[in-house]
Amino acid sequence: MKKRLIVLALALGLSACGAPSTSSSSGAAADGGPRTGALKVWLFDEPNRAPKEAVVKEAVAEFTAAHPDTTVDLQYIAVDTRSERFKGAFNDPASAPDVVEYGNTDLPEYAAAGGLADLGATVSGWAEGADLSSSARASATYEGTLLGVPWYVGVRALYYRTDLFTELGLKPPATLAELSTTAKTIRSRKPDLYGIAVGGKYTYGAMPFVWANGGELTAINSAQSRTGLKAYTDLIAADNCPPQNCADLTGGKTVELFASGKAAMGILGNFNRAAVDAGVAKGRYAVVPLPGVTAGSIAPAFAGGNNLGIMKNAQRPALAADFLTLLASKKYQAKMYDAMGNLPTLKAASAEIAAKDTFVKPFLDTIDAGTKFVPLDPGWGKIDSSAVLPTMIEKVATGKATVDQATDEAAKQIDEALTK
Amino acid sequence: MTLRRGFTPLWLLLPAVVVLGGLFLYPMYQLGLLSVLDFTQAQVSGGQPTRFVGAENYTRLTGDPRFWSVLGATVVFAAACVLATLAVGAALAVLLTRIGRVARLTLSLAAMAAWAVPAVSGSTTWMFLFDTDLGFVNQLFGIEGYNWMYDRYTAFALVGAAVVWASFPFVMVTLYAGIEAIPKSVLEAASLDGAGPWRSFWRIMVPMLRPVLAIVVIQSIIWDFKIFTQIYVMTRGGGLAGQNLTLNVYAYQQAFASSEYGRGAAIGVVMMLILLAVTLVYLRALRRSGEQL
Repeated sequence: MKKRLIVLALALGLSACGAPSTSSSSGAAADGGPRTGALKVWLFDEPNRAPKEAVVKEAVAEFTAAHPDTTVDLQYIAVDTRSERFKGAFNDPASAPDVVEYGNTDLPEYAAAGGLADLGATVSGWAEGADLSSSARASATYEGTLLGVPWYVGVRALYYRTDLFTELGLKPPATLAELSTTAKTIRSRKPDLYGIAVGGKYTYGAMPFVWANGGELTAINSAQSRTGLKAYTDLIAADNCPPQNCADLTGGKTVELFASGKAAMGILGNFNRAAVDAGVAKGRYAVVPLPGVTAGSIAPAFAGGNNLGIMKNAQRPALAADFLTLLASKKYQAKMYDAMGNLPTLKAASAEIAAKDTFVKPFLDTIDAGTKFVPLDPGWGKIDSSAVLPTMIEKVATGKATVDQATDEAAKQIDEALTK
Repeated sequence: MTLRRGFTPLWLLLPAVVVLGGLFLYPMYQLGLLSVLDFTQAQVSGGQPTRFVGAENYTRLTGDPRFWSVLGATVVFAAACVLATLAVGAALAVLLTRIGRVARLTLSLAAMAAWAVPAVSGSTTWMFLFDTDLGFVNQLFGIEGYNWMYDRYTAFALVGAAVVWASFPFVMVTLYAGIEAIPKSVLEAASLDGAGPWRSFWRIMVPMLRPVLAIVVIQSIIWDFKIFTQIYVMTRGGGLAGQNLTLNVYAYQQAFASSEYGRGAAIGVVMMLILLAVTLVYLRALRRSGEQL
């Protein structure tokens, strides 16, 4: 308890005065650990990983050239089971990696578990660190401590097939209501296609509908939230995306459906560009911000993204910091954009990309219109891993419960998890 | 003299006690301990002190309607799997005694192969066969687009079939060995008296196989009640809106995925007590009918 207070005080002191400090509150080897040997790195596996792998390989080559007698032991971990892997690593220091990529929604849970090292000193000692946008920095900060370097941000927008829209004489929808009529028109004229690919397990596709109607995750059974949820679940129906096929789809599956040409629209992220370009939809699609309730408005998107962090149990924290700052540098952020479409978190890299590629415009517009985030609470991880929201959506979509019943049940579970 | 005789068995039992104590009693003690603590990820990582909460994990569990519906589904699903496994296993065991050598060898090898396949691979293969769009079964019957996992009961039936497929070989082999040990003269006498295969199975084989059957039944109950892999793999962690959750998968979801280790331990204890009760009742019923096990 006493140790925690000291750590907390240190962290608060650091963020309050903002001055670089030589002392680190990390629980790992104080001298930074060995400068040679194998650095263990965990990155996320993603659909169509090859371009990411190529960029990371380049970074590894540069790193090992600059650091003699080191190797990088790189593992790509499955996103679905990351929670178990991370908990295992927190509990067993010997098998813990040094550098990890993690989703920014997982931050509070990992922070509460005490698994991540404070990166305040590392970032202030890093030349490019000052260029991190403040919103990105805030998304990696928990209770005043910087526990990660935002590697990229991602938002979702509406992808649609330009060839099909031209053929059917349709225009990209300007409101959410129009989105649903457009989707149904496509399905009725082209019964082999889904109007818009939606899925019961695709929470981040459903949330903009709730937010656009004025609803909130912490009040999922309010009238506004229910209106939004109903608009989404009504799309999981025979006249757009039948429940038999779509009720248990994940976000990743909707990407596959759009990329393979089975769906005319999809709510996909800027980071899905590579996957879409690998499918038959390549060159036949355009992107607009997901519309809101009124014409001209934009539905608030979920501000997703991944951070790079160093484990508190890391055996080589000094080497880890060097590798992390290399991977998060402008050079590799720009390369990751080219490879995967990941939006950079360094302002310089972001400006450079906006100037040369119009693809990012709808996504930057979406960010400018205001994004939303899940509650910054350790209880969120529990809500996520016990599938509260997908269960709610699936119950409505399959007719097992009404919107009112399902949202009341989910609200109870969310309250319970967040207040505990 | 009497004292020595009193102690000798204890010494001889010591190695078994050490092994069982280390491998079973200590984990069971830990499980029981966890189930009365507030024990989440924060406690594991040492961020927060552990707290004794008494029966809170249990009262929260019994107050949760979801737990009861999962428990009910588990009992019915396990019972159906046990019955189906026994029926298939026994029928094929009898068949083995009545067919030629080549056929017997083929059937045994096929059953052994099914038995040897790891549960995850087996479940994944079944999923491929019954895939909504590309599955062999759907293409064979011309019902592409039919999702077997959509309806709760077809999903349970499919998983049940995979469970039976993986567990009938044990029943078959054990019962076949038992049947082979029955003196031929007894069966011959029965058939001379005019007993058909059905009658001689129920009147001769079943009573003589009772000890073997007891082991097979108890094993099957324990296996099928604790079913995890097939459900977890085939229904992707409990099916649409959790409709195919069984107790073990539910415990995993509550304990590991949600980091509520105390609550998961409570589910584990409940599961152990149920299995213990079922086994004791079954053994007692056997004893009453005059068999010693």
